[in-house]
This record gives sequence, C-alpha cells and structure tokens, in this order.
Amino acid sequence: MFSSLNGVLYGMLLFMMASGLTLIFSMMNVLNFAHASFYMLGAYFGFEISRRIGFWPGVVIAPLLVGGVGAIVERYGLRRVHRYGHVSELLFTFGLAFVIEQLVEMFWGKTPADYRVPPSLDFVAFRMFGTDYPAYKMFVLLTAAAMFVFLIAILQRTRVGLIIRAALTHPHMAAMLGHNVPQVFMAVFGVGCALAGLAGAIAGPALVTQPSMAADLGPILFVVVIVGGMGSLAGAFFASLLVGIIQTFAVAINLSLSQIFGAVAPPFLGDLWNVTVAQLAPVIPYMLLILVLIFRPTGLLGTRES
Amino acid sequence: MIRTVRFLAPWLATAAVLALAPLVFRSDFALTTMSLIAINVIFALSFNILLGQTGLLSFGHAVYYGLGGFVAIHALNAAVDANLGLPLPVFVLAGALGGLGFGLLFGLVVSRRGGLVFSMITLGIGELVASSSFILRSFFGGEEGIVTNRTGAAAFFGYKFGLQIQMYYLAAAWCFLVIVAVYALTRTPLGRVWNAARENVQRVEFIGYKPETLRLYACCFAALFAGVAGGLSAVNFELMTSEQLASQESTLVLLMAYIGGTGHFFGPILGAVLVTYLQLRLSDLTDIWQLYFGVLFIGVVLLAPGGIAGWIAMHVEAWRRGELARLAPSYALAAPAIAVAMVGAVLLIELTHRLFAHAMGESTLIQFGPLTLDAASPLPWAAGFALGFGGGYAVRRVWPRVQEAWGASGPAAKGSAA
Repeated sequence: MFSSLNGVLYGMLLFMMASGLTLIFSMMNVLNFAHASFYMLGAYFGFEISRRIGFWPGVVIAPLLVGGVGAIVERYGLRRVHRYGHVSELLFTFGLAFVIEQLVEMFWGKTPADYRVPPSLDFVAFRMFGTDYPAYKMFVLLTAAAMFVFLIAILQRTRVGLIIRAALTHPHMAAMLGHNVPQVFMAVFGVGCALAGLAGAIAGPALVTQPSMAADLGPILFVVVIVGGMGSLAGAFFASLLVGIIQTFAVAINLSLSQIFGAVAPPFLGDLWNVTVAQLAPVIPYMLLILVLIFRPTGLLGTRES
Repeated sequence: MIRTVRFLAPWLATAAVLALAPLVFRSDFALTTMSLIAINVIFALSFNILLGQTGLLSFGHAVYYGLGGFVAIHALNAAVDANLGLPLPVFVLAGALGGLGFGLLFGLVVSRRGGLVFSMITLGIGELVASSSFILRSFFGGEEGIVTNRTGAAAFFGYKFGLQIQMYYLAAAWCFLVIVAVYALTRTPLGRVWNAARENVQRVEFIGYKPETLRLYACCFAALFAGVAGGLSAVNFELMTSEQLASQESTLVLLMAYIGGTGHFFGPILGAVLVTYLQLRLSDLTDIWQLYFGVLFIGVVLLAPGGIAGWIAMHVEAWRRGELARLAPSYALAAPAIAVAMVGAVLLIELTHRLFAHAMGESTLIQFGPLTLDAASPLPWAAGFALGFGGGYAVRRVWPRVQEAWGASGPAAKGSAA
C-alpha cells in the first residue's frame, strides 16, 4: 500500500518533468538535456528562499525564477544554435547541464543542502498497518496531481492548449499556420522549465537536494520520454507512473535467484545469483527501455519515429 | 613522386612527433601525460567515427572503453596465472575484441534508431552498464576495481614494459596504428556511405542501404577502437575501476572530440591533446576547472561549431587565397580585447568561487598567476569588473571589423565569424 502510494508519488514527480520535456520536444524538436538541471535549480532556489523568507514563498518564487532562467537560455542560447541543427542543440543543453552542475557545486557546495520540510507540514497524515505516512508526501502528491489536472485543463480547454496539441501531432502544419513564432517557443520552454523547477522545489525536502540529483534523474527522465513515445503526453504520463511504481516496488523486494533456486550458483553466474531485486532497482528503467525498443520502437503510445 | 611525398608527409610527420616527443619532454610527468594523450587520441578518434563520420551523437561511448579495459585486464591476469607466456601488446588486442563484442551486442539495440533517440538510448545503455558495475562485483571489482601487474606478461622482443617510457612507446605505436586505420576507414566505400547517412539518411535509404546496418557497423568500429584505448589504459594504469565506464568518461570523450572539431579528421586528435593537457594542468591551478571546461564547450557550440580544427581549416583556406594579410589588422585589435575580457571573467569567477568557499570555511586568499589576492577586499573585484566589462566592451566594438574583414574574403567565411 505504501509502496504503491510512494510509487505514484515518484511517478507524478517524474511526469511533472517529463510533461515539460515532451512539450518542449514536440513544439521545438529540441531534446532538453538540461531539463533535470532545471529541476535541481528549482530545489536549490527553493532551499535558498525557504532559508531566507520561508517555505511557501519559495515554492511560488523558485519555479518562476527557474522559468525565467529557462526563457533566457532559450532566447540567448538555443535560438543561436538552432541554425546549426539538432545535434548542436542537444550538445548545447548537454553543456548547459554540465555547467549548471558545476555552478551549483560552486555556490552550495558538494554536500547535500539542508532543505527541510516546513513545520506546518511536518506531521503524520495517517497511520496504516502500524506505519506513519508523512503529511509532506501527501502534499507533494496532491500538488503533482493538481498540476496534472491544471495541465490537462489548459491543453484541452484553452486556445493555447489547442495550439500546443496541434504542434504535438502535426508540428509542420502548426508551423504553417503561423503559430510557431519565437515567443511561443520561449514561453513553452520557460513554462516547461518552470514545471521542472516546481517539481524540484517541492521534491527537494522529500528527497535529497544535492549537486548530483540532476545527473541521477536525467537519464531516467529520458527513459520515461522514450518508453512513453516521443512527443506523446499521455505516453509520458503512463511511462512516468510505470517507472515510478516498478522502481518503488523493486526497492521493497528482497528476493534473489538463490532464494528461488537454491544457494548453489551455476558457473560464472555467482554475482547474478545473489543479487536481490532491490539491488536491481536502478537498472530496471534501462532494461525497460531496451525491451520497449526491441518490441515497440516507437514507444508505448508514440507514433513518431524520431 | 611528388604525389607520393605529399601523401606520405603527414604520416611521417605524425610518426616522427610520436617517436621524438619523449626526447624533448623527459620528465616523469611529461611521460605519463603523453601516454594518456596517446590513449585519449585513440578514444577520441573512435568517438568521432560515430559523431563526425556518421552523425550519431553517443552519450555512452565510455562503455566500450571501460568494458574493453576490463576484458584486457582480466585476460592479462588470467594469462599470467595460467603462464601462457603472451606478450603485453596482445592484451591491448584483447581489449579491442572486448570492445567489439560489446559494441556488437549493444549496437544491435542502439542502432535501431537514429538521431536524437540514438543519443538517448546510448545514454540509457551507459547508465545501465554503470549501474550494473556495482552489481556484478566479481567482474568489475566493486569500489576498488581490478588491479594487475603488466610486467607479469612475457617479454615482447626483450621488452617487459616495466618503465613508463616503454609503456609510452607501446601506447604511441598503437596510437599511430589506429590513426592510420581510422583514416583508411574514412576512405573506404563504407566510410563514404556513413558520410552520406550523416548528411541525409533518407537518400541513403533510397539508394539501397539500410540505415540500421550502417549504424551497427559504425557502432562496431567505434567500439573496437574504443576497446583499444581501454585496453591500453588498463595496462598503463594497471587498474580498471567502474568509473572508467561511467558518464564522466563519456562526457570527457565528447568534450575532446567536439572541442577539437568533429568535421575534420585531425580535429579529435587536437582536442584529445589539448583537453588531456588542460585537464591535468588546470586541476592543479583551480578547484573549479570543470566549470571552465563546461564554459569552453558551450563557447565552442555557440561560436565555433567546427571546433579548433574548423577554425584552423578556415584560416588555412584564407592563407591559400592570400587573404590572411587582410585579416591580420582586425585580429591584432581583437586579440588583446578578448584576452583582457577573459582575464577579467576568470578573475571574477575565481573571486566568486573563493567567496562561497569562504562561507564553507576556507580562506579568502587566491593565487592568481603571480599575484595573491584577497576575495574579501574590494580591489580585486573592481579590477575584475573593469577588465571583464572593459574587455567585453572592446570586443563588441572590434568584432564588426573582424566580420568585415571576413566578409570581404568571400562566401567561404559566411557564418564562421558570427
């Protein structure tokens, strides 16, 4: 029960980032390598503001700041390299992720930051089977769910959403109709980064806020986007939950092959024989990626080849 | 006759540089640096088979380097234990075969898709192997890694490779061999079709090539040569750890190849020499050397996507047309301005770094060239701002002249100085 709640929580956090990444990719054909870095920036900005002003202003201001940084990056960085092609855009965001990590290390040090749950949310939400569930995790879950509903509402009910959905399925046609003005790119990039920043600001206290958090999360984010299908928001949603739940459950399972088939390992497989499922948890998303690529190269719900 | 000389001259020069370098740079530091440079040149060239030749950006190339190294080191240990009497160069070959084997295995998965997806899958494979290295402890040796002793191998024409100078010549010989082999590969029909696939994969498909197969071949060749580099690294350091196949190493090879310039054959070679040297030197000078690497990389992506090699090629062409003289005055103006701006920027970055390091309990003093500066006093800051912004302003004023000089040199310069 707790595993599934935690799994959904982690999945929703992944989706907050994957949705921005997918939107940016769909509209601009840019795979933002630095997306997880904006998540990290969100966490650190939130930490810094919560230390000086308070937690709640931090949750509001940090995503806005991150969105601003994202918009500036798009305007003065990505737009310049756009003419050199997609590989250059990817390389640019790759370099950016590298520099952001170094800057974060420079400003906040290499050790984890002391980003704490605010006192107003530091209580037990409910008890079940003798275990406490912290209120803060419920807050993260509800925020992520609210964000999701908000995003769906914008995409389905507003004119802006109509344009974005058009760009999702028919990017060239949307461009022909004159919608792909640079400002829209900048806005989409900024909003996508702000979403990642919000995820960071609220996830920071629940997980660990440290300089390697972007490098740890980034690859999993790309797994989500590819497994879900490039450019598919619904796919990103399912893949986020799938990866979140599988990984959370795997951590809780202490089963190994030796427990199933007996302690004596066949030759050359000694290591594999004693590995528990919990130890395999970090590898599972990448195995999923490979399986999906072999059996369904376009991703679960994707239609585009690249 | 003259054609033969022209053809052979660059190769003889390369061989001469590799052979004579230890006579010029004799110190231990120079020898270890040059051995590492020779290894990294191989590594960067293997990476460029993917990025420069075929247009495939891999974020997990260190996988083949690392796995090749592990295969080599296990082969060496096993052969010494079994008393097979094989000489050291054979185990570099074992690394190459290990790289090729894993290149084929992973290539079957990654080559299914091109473009951005290829990059993401190579990233995934890289993370997969890096994470597995903590699970499969008997192969990867856990945190400590696998150690060996290269003098355990049999003598090779009387050499045991115990001395670093002998190790350097082993690395240099392999380096020369790989440079020739990779260059020859670019001249084969396969190399040409890779180039075609880089430019336009659909047209290549129309004329009857399967892009998947081309990508698979590129992965295999790149992995083979990365395995050579890994095998050499294993016998050079007599140690392989899982760090050597992790993302930092993949990032490093990308930086080397791209900063050097992926569009020219000699670009990755230049990049490997420069980045390896800078890496060893800068890490002595400043704690935040990686930040400078990142900034340098972004600078190359934004301003000079051809890398150093592209920049050199541009000027060689101008020189052939006899137009270098027209460029010279604007360069004479721009160079000091750029230098001043860079000194100012570096000073500001270092001062900022010192101030934040001070907040974590370190001293505020920095060694800046011959000067010792105090980040707590306003004077160095004022100097930093003056140099940085003064230089920046001067660059802005002078840059149109540089563009003008290039603009007059014809269409080849288009976009290059922007």
